[in-house]
Amino acid sequence: MSVLILGATSRIAHELAHRYAENGQSVFVAARDADEAARVAADVGVRTEGTCASGRFDATDFAGHAAFLDSVRETVGPIEVAILAFGDMGDQHASEGDFEAARHVIDVNYTAAVSICELLAASMTERAAGSIVGIASVAGDRGRQSNYIYGSAKGAFALYLQGLRNRLFKSGVHVMTVKLGFVDTRMTYGLKTGIPIAAPDAVSRAIFDAQRGRSDVFYYPHFWRGIMSVVKAIPEAAFKRLSL
Amino acid sequence: MSQNRWAQQTLWGWGRYPRVESLVARPERRKEVLDALADRQGDPVLAFGLGRCYGDAALLREGRVVLTRRLDRMLAFDPETGWLRCEAGVSLEEILHTFVPRGFFPPVVPGTQFVTVGGAIACDIHGKNHHVDGSFADHIRRVELLVADGRVVTCGPDEEPELFWATVGGMGLTGLILSCELQLARIDNPYIEMESIRVENLEQFFEVSAESGHFTHTVSWLDCVTTGKATGRGIFMRGRHAPAGTTGGLSLLSRLGRAAPALINFPVDGPDWMLNQATIKAFNEVYFRKHPKGQVNSIVHYEPFFFPLDAVRNWNRMYGNRGFLQYQFVVPPDPSHKAIRLVLEEITRSGLGSFLAVIKEFGERQHGGISFPAPGPMIALDFGIAGQPLFDLLDRLDRIVLDAGGRIYLGKDSRVPRHVFEQMFPELPKWKAVRDAWDPGHVFQSELGRRLGLSGGQR
Repeated sequence: MSVLILGATSRIAHELAHRYAENGQSVFVAARDADEAARVAADVGVRTEGTCASGRFDATDFAGHAAFLDSVRETVGPIEVAILAFGDMGDQHASEGDFEAARHVIDVNYTAAVSICELLAASMTERAAGSIVGIASVAGDRGRQSNYIYGSAKGAFALYLQGLRNRLFKSGVHVMTVKLGFVDTRMTYGLKTGIPIAAPDAVSRAIFDAQRGRSDVFYYPHFWRGIMSVVKAIPEAAFKRLSL
Repeated sequence: MSQNRWAQQTLWGWGRYPRVESLVARPERRKEVLDALADRQGDPVLAFGLGRCYGDAALLREGRVVLTRRLDRMLAFDPETGWLRCEAGVSLEEILHTFVPRGFFPPVVPGTQFVTVGGAIACDIHGKNHHVDGSFADHIRRVELLVADGRVVTCGPDEEPELFWATVGGMGLTGLILSCELQLARIDNPYIEMESIRVENLEQFFEVSAESGHFTHTVSWLDCVTTGKATGRGIFMRGRHAPAGTTGGLSLLSRLGRAAPALINFPVDGPDWMLNQATIKAFNEVYFRKHPKGQVNSIVHYEPFFFPLDAVRNWNRMYGNRGFLQYQFVVPPDPSHKAIRLVLEEITRSGLGSFLAVIKEFGERQHGGISFPAPGPMIALDFGIAGQPLFDLLDRLDRIVLDAGGRIYLGKDSRVPRHVFEQMFPELPKWKAVRDAWDPGHVFQSELGRRLGLSGGQR
């Protein structure tokens, strides 16, 4: 039983690694910054006395994805649960004027996720077991001028996961879409909002439970499902005039 | 490109006085800390951990403050020797939570578990075991420090010893502590064998203290309101980690605090008059009388023994919006206890009560520099901010402490005058020379440092 967490230097991913390691599973954490991933793995190992390995994962090195997954399997065995926690919010403004910047955001948040998920799906289907967890965003539920490059990539990822879930259902492979609202991470640090911000460790516990409960689409904090259903219900003729 | 976001934020210490606005970042990766120093744009920089310094030690006006709370990775642990390598933002609470079940305890703990190891080194914190184990830094063999020129320097007793010496108790002004190696102590279980003894006056406190050397942990609550023959009465607590096979339970308050932190909380400011001379006197009387004459032996969990106030979250709000401070000092041993008596008399005469007062005799170990612990009796007194009368009283206490050859604790201070401070620490010029050599441009500053001329000059 092993758990792969990609994008391990995010606080949520770090906390998730704790949850699985303290539950007795072998964890492999990977990130573009391999040193940082190693620090996360060390922390998980010291605190839980469990097994946590680490390695380098470059989301946009599509050609290297297969070899990367092979190396993970060599270290911790077949991947039971794979969590895609990597992402890059980019800079909306920069993405508007510079296609390369926009493409980078799309590649990290969407293209890379497709590449990795297809490889994972192939091996999990073969074993007729496994769970793929994709961390998408409420930003993908409706396009807004303030972050539509990132939002569209996350939205595409959610749509992709929906299709994958449909395809893998009969193979017994679980696919879960996580849509996170405000979490107290680097992304929201310094944000002034009246909406409560969730603590990363609470988020990790919720995702851990939802994954084990084989949930399909999971909003956290839960009230974001309500917020987004209202946001989605606003007629486009009105929505286009808003500055959200 | 730097990935730090700098947010305008108002910060304060545990005493909630003073409150200062700064540009604040909260790095989560090591590289982001290095970036924080690089993109300071000429502003001075300071680290901020869990904000348990009482005064202005971790505050910096018109500067950049780096929150270390997310730099909290435990990097390595050797169960054979107890050596733990961890990042600066790891808290003692996390260490306790992780290692007590494995039979290890932090070598030194203060009165709260909500401090980071970085802060513990910068303040060279002490605990109830100072007379046996010295201060926190006595159990540190290596500190990784981000210094002013952007380099990461490893220092310790055997490596860059001068930098290490100045960093211990150096109030964060030699650089930004990134990680450290500290040695945890072995324990058999979470319990403490405790004896509490009602002491009827100051004389008896010193008698009991003198015969308690075989206990690893000692401290005494002090009634600093009652005068006359009962001056210095209190309840002396002494204890040691319990041997294998001991069992016990948590106190009611701790259990409640664990089950429902929101219940045992002080979520709003108390009214400013809540802690005044009359209520404090009444509390002291009840607290003292509640303890039977003589001695009581018990087995207690480490939480109520070491961290009784942690059970009440935000207890600092009890003092109201005005905030409070702690006056903590140590004076050299003196058989007549003249300075201690003068201090207690001065407080009584002022009519300003201290709600929480503790007394303990420190041991011989002393780090030097501007680190606080030194041999002799130490007293800590909490006071609600009461304007000029309080500051006048503290000036008079400074005089007594200074005349006795003592010093105050910077970790609790927000008001000591610079000329007084300079006389309290004879090694200050040496400390400053080392600090300035590593940070000639005064990159690392704090309100406390500016006030006392440690870094950043007069303001």
